[in-house]
Amino acid sequence: MNRRMILYMPLQILKAEAFLLLLPACVSLIYGEKSAFGFLICSAGMLALSFPLAHFLKPKDRVIYAKEGFVIVALSWIFMSAFGALPFVISGEIPSYIDALFETASGFSTTGASIVTDLGSMSHGMLFWRSFTHWLGGMGILVFLMALTNTSDRPIHIMRAEMPGPVVGKIVPRAKDTAKILYLLYLGLTVAEAVCLLIGGLDLFESLVYAFGTAGTGGFGLRADSLVGYSTFVQWVITVFMFLFGINFNLYYLFFVRRAGDVVRNRELWTYVGIAAAATVLIYVNTYPLTQNAAVTLKDASFQTAAILTTTGFASVDFNLWPQLSKNILFILMFIGGCAGSTAGGFKISRLMILCKVIRREVVKLLHPRSVKVIRMEGKKVDEAVIHNTCSYLAVYCLCIFIVFFLLSFDAFDLETSFTATVSCFNNIGPAFGAAGPMEGYAAFSGFSKLVLTAAMLLGRLEVFPILLAVSPDTWIKK
Amino acid sequence: MNVIIAGCGKIGTAVAESMVREGHDVTVIDVDKDCVDNLLNIYDVIGVYGNAADSDTLLEAGVADAELFIAATDSDELNMISCLFARRLGAKHTVARVRKTDYNDSSLGFVRQQLELSMTINPEMTAAREMFNILKLPSAIKIETFANRNFEMVEFRLKKDSAFHGQRLSALRDKFRGAFLVCTVQRGDDVFIPDGNFTLFDGDKIGITATPAEIQKLFKQMNILQKQARNIMILGGSRTAYYLAKRLDSIGYTVKIIEQDRSRCEEIAQLLPACSVVCGDGAQQEFLLEEGLRSMDAFVALTGMDEENILLSCFASSLNVPKVISKVNRAELKGLAERLGLETIISPKHSVAEVVTRYARAIQNSSGSNVETLYKIADGKAEALEFKVRPEFVGAGISLRELQLKPNTLIAGIVRGRKTFIPSGADAILPGDKVIVIASGKRMNDLADILV
Repeated sequence: MNRRMILYMPLQILKAEAFLLLLPACVSLIYGEKSAFGFLICSAGMLALSFPLAHFLKPKDRVIYAKEGFVIVALSWIFMSAFGALPFVISGEIPSYIDALFETASGFSTTGASIVTDLGSMSHGMLFWRSFTHWLGGMGILVFLMALTNTSDRPIHIMRAEMPGPVVGKIVPRAKDTAKILYLLYLGLTVAEAVCLLIGGLDLFESLVYAFGTAGTGGFGLRADSLVGYSTFVQWVITVFMFLFGINFNLYYLFFVRRAGDVVRNRELWTYVGIAAAATVLIYVNTYPLTQNAAVTLKDASFQTAAILTTTGFASVDFNLWPQLSKNILFILMFIGGCAGSTAGGFKISRLMILCKVIRREVVKLLHPRSVKVIRMEGKKVDEAVIHNTCSYLAVYCLCIFIVFFLLSFDAFDLETSFTATVSCFNNIGPAFGAAGPMEGYAAFSGFSKLVLTAAMLLGRLEVFPILLAVSPDTWIKK
Repeated sequence: MNVIIAGCGKIGTAVAESMVREGHDVTVIDVDKDCVDNLLNIYDVIGVYGNAADSDTLLEAGVADAELFIAATDSDELNMISCLFARRLGAKHTVARVRKTDYNDSSLGFVRQQLELSMTINPEMTAAREMFNILKLPSAIKIETFANRNFEMVEFRLKKDSAFHGQRLSALRDKFRGAFLVCTVQRGDDVFIPDGNFTLFDGDKIGITATPAEIQKLFKQMNILQKQARNIMILGGSRTAYYLAKRLDSIGYTVKIIEQDRSRCEEIAQLLPACSVVCGDGAQQEFLLEEGLRSMDAFVALTGMDEENILLSCFASSLNVPKVISKVNRAELKGLAERLGLETIISPKHSVAEVVTRYARAIQNSSGSNVETLYKIADGKAEALEFKVRPEFVGAGISLRELQLKPNTLIAGIVRGRKTFIPSGADAILPGDKVIVIASGKRMNDLADILV
C-alpha cells in the first residue's frame, strides 16, 4: 500500500480545485457580487493547506496498484466535496454545512438534487460554481488532472476507478492522451451546446449553466421549476444534447478517426436508442390526453425520457402530475442509466446487456447442462471476470439501495418519496417522485437523511467499490 | 511515435518498458489475455488480444499508422509472417526476433530482404557478443564501443586499495599521464557525471572513455589488467553458449561447454568441432571441479535458470576463477546477484531492449536528429551517445570552455578524421566531427540538446 501516494493525490486534487474556484470568483467579480470573497478565501485556504502538506508528503515511490487507485479516487472525491462546499457556507448563501455538502456532492456526482428553495436569491458566482461542479464531476476530476499533468506512474488504475462502466479501456496507448482526447470531446460538445443555447435566446451565463448541467448529466438549473419556463427550442436543444452526453465517448472518437462503421455496429448504442424510443412512445401515448397537443406531448415525452435515462434530471414539465404508467416508466429508466463511458450514471446499459445474456445462458444451461456458451459483446468474448464483476456489482448496487432506503425511512415520508429519492440519488438523477418531485427538491429532508443521500450520491457516481475500499479497515491495517 | 509490439514474453515486455520510457505510444499484441492485462496494469500501453499474424488483429492494433512494428513472439516463423503483413499493411519499419540458428547464417540477409525487415534481433546473439567483448578485456564489467571500435567506454569497479582511491579527478590525469576521462561514477544507487573536483573511493563503479590502447595502458598502470581469458568454461549448452563459443573459437580461445542433455551435446559437438563438450550435470560442484574449474580463466553461467546461474557463479567466484559472467534475466534477481558479489551480469532481454531503443531513436533521427550510437550505461541511469556534427550546429567552432553545457552532460570524446581524442577546454567541436556525449537526465535527440 503506497500510503503517501494515497494522501498525496487527493491533496493535488485540492490544489486543482483551489485554482478552479477562481473561475466562479471571476463570475462573481463580473457581476460585482460579494460572494467573490467566499471563493477567494476558500481558494487561498485550500492552497495554504495543500501546498505545504503535499510538499511534506511528496512520495518518492509513485508506483500504485489497483487498490491504491480505488482509494485515491474515493478520498479525492470525498475531499473535494467537503472543501467545495465551503464557499456556500462562507458566503452565507447556504448557511448550513450539511446542506452545502449535499449540494456540492450532488454537483460533483452529477446528481442535480438540490436543497436550495429560493434559487433567485443566490449570487451568479454560486450558481456558476454549482453547475461547474457538474461539468468537472461528469468526466471526472482525476481524469481532468491526468490530462494536464503526469499524475502517477500507472495512471490506468486511477482511470479505471474513476470512470464508470464494466470495462474501462484506453482509446490511445497513453492514459494522458486518452484523458486529453476525452476532455477535448467533452469540451467540444459542451461548447456546441452553449452556442446552440445562445442562438435559442439565452444569455451567456444561462447558456453556460445549462450546458454544464447537460454535459455532466447533472441537472442543476437556475429556476425552481427547472426548464418549464423556457422556449420550446431551448428544450429541444437540451433534449438532443442530454441524449448525446449519454453516449459512450469512445464512439465519438471512433467517429472522428473515421471509423463510423464501428459506431454504427455498436450494439450498446442501438440498445440505448431503442430504450429511449420505446419509452418516449409509451409516455407519448399515455400523456397525450393531458395536453391534446401532439407537438407539446412529443417534446415533453422525449425531454423527460432523455432527462431520466441519461440521469440528468432536468424537467420540462412537472412529471409528478403524469399518469401512473408514465411515472413508472420514468422510474424504471432511473435504474438503467446511460451507456458505459459516458457522463451518465445509473446501472449502465452495457451491464444490463451482459446480465440479460448471462440470464439467457443460465436458461440454456438448465435445458442443456453440458452446453458451452460464450457471452459476446460488440463481437468479442466477454471475459468471465467481467461477468463476475457485473453480477457482483448488481448485488452491491441492490444492497446499497436497500440500506439507503432503510436509513431514509427514519424521516416520516411515504414509501414513494423515500424509495424514489433513494433510487434517484444513488443513480445520480436528481428529481424523484412524491415529496421529492422535480418542483419540490430535497429541502424537506432531515440533516441525517441529507448526509445519507450525500453518501449515496458519491457511492453511485464512483460505483460503490472505491468508497467501500477506502472505508474498509482491511485497507488500512497493515497485515 | 507509434510502436506496436507483438508478443508479451520476456523480450516483448522489456522492449515495451523501454519504449514507454522513451515516450512512444505503445500497443502490444498477444494471444494470451492474462499476459496483456498484466502488461497493461504496469505500463502505460494499450493491448490487443489476438494472433499477431492475423490481419484483423494487426489492423485493430493500428498497424497502418505504426512507425515501428516489433515481432517478439516465441516463434520465428510467426514473427516473420507478422512482420511481412505489418509491412504490407503500412508499418514503416519492422523488426523481427529471429533466433533459430538455421536462419541466423547466410540466409538471414535473404530473409531480411524478402520480408523487407528493417532489422532482426537475436537476443542470444546480442548477449553472446556482449560477453565476448568482456572476455577480451576481463577487468571490465561492461564495454561499449564508438567510432568503429576506435573509442571505448569501459565500466569497472574500484576494488579495495585501488590506485584511484581518494583521488580527485583533476589530479588523476597528472598521476597517470593518460588520455582518459572518468565520465560516470555509480555509488550505491546514485549516478554522478563528475567534474574535476569529484573524489573517487573504493567500491565506486566508474565508467571511463579512452581509446582501446589507452585503456590497456591505464589498466596496466593501475595494476588491474587481467590477462585475457583464454580458457573458458561455459555452463549450459544454450543457443547463447553456441554463439559465444563460436566467436571465442574463431579467435583461438579454448572453450569447454558443459551440458546435461546428451542429444544437445552431440548437436553442439557437431557444430563446434574445436570445442570440448562435456555431458553432465553442471549443478554438481564435484563434477565442475573434475572438469578443471579451478584452472579456468573464466566461467560463464548460461543455463536457462537464473537461480542456478547465480549459485554456480558464486561457487566459481569462491574458487577464485578470475572472471565470472552470469546470465540473469529477471531484474529483481539481478540486484540480488550484485549483492552476492557477482559483478558481470548479462541480461539478454535488456541487451535486446537496448538495441531496439537505439534503432527507434535512429528512426526518429532520420527525421531531424543525428544520433549515431547510443548506449545505456550505469545500469540505464545515464546514456552515452555518439553524434555526427552537422554544419548547422550552433556550438561549432566555439571552444568548449565557452560552451554552456547542460548540467550532468559531458563531452567525452571527439573523433576527427582518423584521430580520436579527449577534448580539453581549448578544443572546439567542428562540423564533420563525431562527438561522444555522456548524459544523465533528459534524453537527447540532437547534439544541440547538450547546450543550455
